[in-house]
Order: sequence, then C-alpha cells, then structure tokens
Amino acid sequence: GEPHPGPRAVNVDLQTDATLQVDISDALSERDKVKFTVHTKSTLPNFKQNEFSVVRQHEEFIWLHDSFVENEEYAGYIIPPAPPRPDFDASREKLQKLGEGEGSMTKEEFTKMKQELEAEYLAIFKKTVAMHEVFLCRVAAHPVLRKDLNFHVFLEYNQDLSVRGKNKKEKLEDFFKNVVKSADGVLVAGVKDVDDFFEHEKTFLLEYHNRVKDASAKSDRMIRSHKNAADDINRIASSLYTLGTQDSTDLCKFFLKVSELFEKTRKIESRVAADEDLKLADLLKYYLRESQAAKDLLYRRSRALVDYENANKALDKARAKNRDVLQAETSQQLCCHKFEKISESAKQELIDFKTRRVAAFRKNLVELAELELKHAKVT
Amino acid sequence: VAVTNPEKVGLCPRLCSQTSLAMFRSKVFSVRRRYSDFLGLYEKLSVKQSLHGCIVPPPPEKSVVGMTKVKVGMDDPSSVEFVERRRAALERYLQRVVSHPSLLQDPDVREFLEREELPRAVSTQALSGAGFLKMINKASDAVNKMTIKMNESDTWFEDKFQEVENEEQQLRKLQAVVDSLVNHRKELCGSTALFAKSMAMLGNSEDNTALSRALSQLAEVEEKMEQLHQEQAASDFFIFAELLADYIRLLAAMRGCFDQRVRAWQRWQEAQSTLQKKREAEAKLLWANKPDKLQQAKDEITEWEARVTQYERDFDRIGMTVRKEVLRFEKEKAKDFRSQLVKYLDAMLQSKQRLVKFWEAFLPEAKAIA
Repeated sequence: GEPHPGPRAVNVDLQTDATLQVDISDALSERDKVKFTVHTKSTLPNFKQNEFSVVRQHEEFIWLHDSFVENEEYAGYIIPPAPPRPDFDASREKLQKLGEGEGSMTKEEFTKMKQELEAEYLAIFKKTVAMHEVFLCRVAAHPVLRKDLNFHVFLEYNQDLSVRGKNKKEKLEDFFKNVVKSADGVLVAGVKDVDDFFEHEKTFLLEYHNRVKDASAKSDRMIRSHKNAADDINRIASSLYTLGTQDSTDLCKFFLKVSELFEKTRKIESRVAADEDLKLADLLKYYLRESQAAKDLLYRRSRALVDYENANKALDKARAKNRDVLQAETSQQLCCHKFEKISESAKQELIDFKTRRVAAFRKNLVELAELELKHAKVT
Repeated sequence: VAVTNPEKVGLCPRLCSQTSLAMFRSKVFSVRRRYSDFLGLYEKLSVKQSLHGCIVPPPPEKSVVGMTKVKVGMDDPSSVEFVERRRAALERYLQRVVSHPSLLQDPDVREFLEREELPRAVSTQALSGAGFLKMINKASDAVNKMTIKMNESDTWFEDKFQEVENEEQQLRKLQAVVDSLVNHRKELCGSTALFAKSMAMLGNSEDNTALSRALSQLAEVEEKMEQLHQEQAASDFFIFAELLADYIRLLAAMRGCFDQRVRAWQRWQEAQSTLQKKREAEAKLLWANKPDKLQQAKDEITEWEARVTQYERDFDRIGMTVRKEVLRFEKEKAKDFRSQLVKYLDAMLQSKQRLVKFWEAFLPEAKAIA
C-alpha cells in the first residue's frame, strides 16, 4: 500500500473549523479496492473522543452521499457531489502489458517504463484520495450537513457499515427515478420563474453545466495527447542513448548528450501534463459535478413549487366543494412552508457556490500559470 | 545548390545553383527540372560510379498518393506539406551529390545542373513502386546467393559491414519513434485547438466578470500553444524525421557499395576459374595433338590472364575506394547529425521561450480574478 504524503490537490477553498476537522490520513490500495483511513479531530460533544480514525471504502462514501440526497430535510442544499469511483483499470492493464513485453526491450527501457507506470499509478491514487477527502471536507464545512447523524456514524463507527453495492432492484428503481427526473427537468425548465434570481440561475446553470462538461472532455483529450508526446520523447531518449553507447566516437558522445537533453525535456513535459491534469482537468471535472448538484437543487425547488401550486389548486377545489377543507389547508400550508424553506436556503447555497467557484478557479489558474512558468524556465 | 519554387504545372522545381568553380560556365544559373530528371540522374550515376565503390546518394522516394493529390490541385495542408517535403528532399539530395568530390566531376552532374533542356529520363522504372531500399536489398540477396563465398582477408570490411547493418537497425527504431512523436504532436495541436474553443465558450457563460475575462485569456493562451505545437511538429518532421530517413537510405547505399566489392571479388574468382579451365583445355589439346586448335587455346589463355589481372586490380581499387568513401561518409554523417540536431534543439528552446511569454502575460489576469 502507499501512504498518503504531503499537500493534496484540494480544489475548493474551505475554512477549516476547529470544532470539526476531517481528513484522509492514509490509504491502502488492495487488489480491486482502496481503503481510506478517515481521521477526525473534533471538540463537539457528540463524539466519544476528540480524535479518532476509521477505515472506509468507496461504497460507504456513496452510501453517505445518497443518504443526503434522499433526505427531504436537505432538499434546499447543494449536496456535495460524490467522489468518483477509484479506477485503476487502465493503469493496471498497462503494467500487465509491460510485464508481458519485458522480453522485447532492453533492461534500461523496461526499468524506465516501469517507473513511469508506477508514477502514473501513484498519481491516480493520490487523486482519488484527494477527491474523497474533498467530499468529506465539504460536508464538514456545511453548517447543517456537518450535524447529520449518518455523517457522524460514518466518521466514528469503527466497524464496517455493511453497505453492499446496490442490488439489481435498487438499481432499477434508480433508473426510473432518473427517467422521471429528466422528463420533469424538461417540463420544469420551460416554466418561467417569477423570482428573477432563480430564473437567472436556472438559465445560467443549464448553459454553464453543458459548457463545463465539454471543456472537461476536451481538456482530458489534450492532456492525453500531451502525455503521449512525452512518452515518445522518452523512447527517443532511450534510442539515442543506445546509439551513443555503440562506440566512443565524437558523434557517439554527442548522441549521449542529446539523449540526456531529451530525457530532461521528457521529465518536464510529463510534469507539465500532470500539473495541467491537476489544476485544470480536475478543476473542470469537479465543477461539472458541483454544477450538476446545483441543478439538482433547482430541480427540487421546482418540484416543491409544482407541489405548492397543486396544493393551492386542490385547496380551491376543496373550498368550492366545501369538502376536506381542513385537510387541504394543512396540506397547502406544508407545501408552502417546504417551498419557502427550500427557496431561502437555495438562494444562499447558490451564492456560496458562485463564491467557491470563483475562488477555486482563481487558485487553480494562478497555480497553473505559475507551474507552467516554473517548468518552462528550467533550462 | 538550392532547389526553389516548386511549381505545380508539370511539377518542375527550379534549380538554382551558385558556384565559384571554374568548370561551370557562369557563377549563378538556374534550370528547371522534373522529379523524373532527378531519378534519371541517379540512374546514370549509380550505373557508372557504384562500380568504383562510390556511395551514390539516393534520391527521395516516389509517392503515388502525394503526387496524385498535388496533380489534382488540392490545396489542403497535407499536400502543401508534401510539396515542401519533396522540395527539401531534392535539395538535400543534390547538395550531397555536389559535395562529393568525384561525383561533382561527373559530366552527367554538370549537364544536370547546367543544360537547359534534358531528354526525358526513361529508365526510372527501377525506382518506381518498390523503392530504393527494396532495390538494394534485392541486389544484396543476389550477391549472397552466389555460390563462391568470399573469404575475407581483410576483417575491416566485415566489421564495417556489421557496424553499418547495426546502425541502420538503430536508426530505423529511432525513426519509428520520431514518426510517432510527429503524429502525437499533430494530435496535440488538434486537441489544444478544440480545448481553446471550449474554454472560450465557458468564459462566455461565466457570470463573474473577472473570471470570465480570465477564462477568455486562457483560451487565447491555448490558441497560441496550438501554434507552438504546430511549429514544433514541423520541426520534428522536417529536421529530425527527414534526417533519419535520409541516413537510413544512405546506409543502404553504403551496403550497396560493400556488395559491389564482393561482386568484384566474385568476378575475379570466376575469371580465375575460367582461366584454370582454359589451361586444362590447352593441356588436353597438347595431349590430343591438335595443333590448329592449340593456338586458339593459347590466345584464350592470354586473354583470360589479362582479365584476371584486370579484375584483381579492379577488386583492390574498389576496396580502396570503399574505404575512402566510408571514412568520408562518416565525417559527413557526424557533421550532418550535429548540425541538424543542434538546429532541432534550438527550435525547441525558442519554443520554450515563447511559451514563457504567453504564461507570463496570463498570470496577472488570473491573479486579478475576484
């Protein structure tokens, strides 16, 4: 397993609060699962100790996320997006292929490529840890979500939460839920909101989400091309090295020097690609997920509005017929209350979202530019 | 010698030569030549010179696809690239020919550079389709199949030949990777351009003014990066890849020389065995007492004795020439690789410096986000 070193690529600006601090202090990669050590420091009375750790797997993070989504009380908040599943398949496949092709390359080439792939594996590993950590930090920073009971259980309960992956039936239910959601989404998007703020946000988020999606995909492609070019430069360096070791003529010495230069170039290009990945690609991916979460919030608010409007219509009908008026009144009041509560918190959430987004982009773009300059200036 | 202005009509590049050598009529002159003329020159030279062991530089390959596109008049970037590639290759080919002291003396070369109109070269079939390398390899096989195997008294030739084969293999490997780099660099160009557009769109959507502007600026930086990648890909190709392609073919030409020497040896050996047979025939005639046929036999022996001496001399001479040629070639190669690789690395450095400027301009924009 790999221990989790140094500063993570946290791409959201969060105030750390002494009352509840969460981080992932360690992580272990085993076969096809990753075990995260979730470490908590808290002065809150809810916990038995002030500092403690538990081991969690990806499915348990998903369980926690889904419990927030399904909780009606949290309908008015942007639920921090779930971290993506750790995916080492591609990396593992490459390592396997390398092992199979060991006979067809020189010892040097093999060692070099192995180091490359191991570094790649480590980078993916670090990223997945960072993304799981960001999720927990977002929850811990949210004034309401941090008090959630499931969250506390997640942090403290030192046994397996026995959260098996969704079975077939549940997956099917999810599928239908999403179908209904998207159909509704179309309907809801068409209804113009009376409130200017929300109308603007709806228009903005729909467009923004699509464009962030596109930018994220294109940035991934660009970075992949960059990595491919760096790999080629690596092989050129090896090839020149072989040519240089054939003899001790001046030309051979020259080849060795050039090989060194290519090797340096390759290292720089790899780092540039890796930094672009962290500061740009990951940023875009994250805001793709967050903007989706924000859209989900708007959707829930729209649903609540529709429910409220339906309750109003039902009340009018009941009054007209003079039947079940009290029941209709209670129902209408509940819907009204629910809608207003969601609208109020949603407004604040969306404003916070914007603030976070601007801060995150600023931080990452500045760091990106600084890193690009740092790498380019190495002669 | 410079090859300039390839024109699409009849595809006749204009050849401009500048010289201070006395043997040419004037100092600066130019003629128009077709691609087939270049092939014709090679044919003539290789027939004459390679018999002496000279390394005759091979001309650039024929390309049916490339030529058809150009003939059809397509103006897309790949056919523009093809024309430039062809032009540069022809130029390098001629420069190698004229920098060779023996070849420069050859009247065919002079005629090629000076004469207004050249008769249409016809015997260029050998270089069509199969290409230069296949031709060399076929000839090599033929030499190897000959029944009399050469016993090498001079290990220099054997060692050198092995070196050449090794080097050719190494260069091929390197060429494959450089070709891969060229392709990936072109891919990077394309994906950077798409990314730039995407960022510009995102910047438009963003409702925070400062961030919106920064994203647009980032899009511009990426567009400039695309430009850099484009130039770098051209450098990868025209400087590095073509250098390797040239030398792979030159090394094959050198192998051809070694094969010529072996053929010369085989000719000598065959003559010796023929002489032996003639002597045996003479002896038989003496025995059988046929005086009239005897004179003819004696004449034949004299003829073949002369041939044996000639072929032995030829063999020694070709050996000396090959040695000289190899040394000269190695010097030229070292010079060539040095100058081209330095040029390539310089281009990379320039690229880096421009990159620095782009990002330095962007940084304050990013910091201004509020």
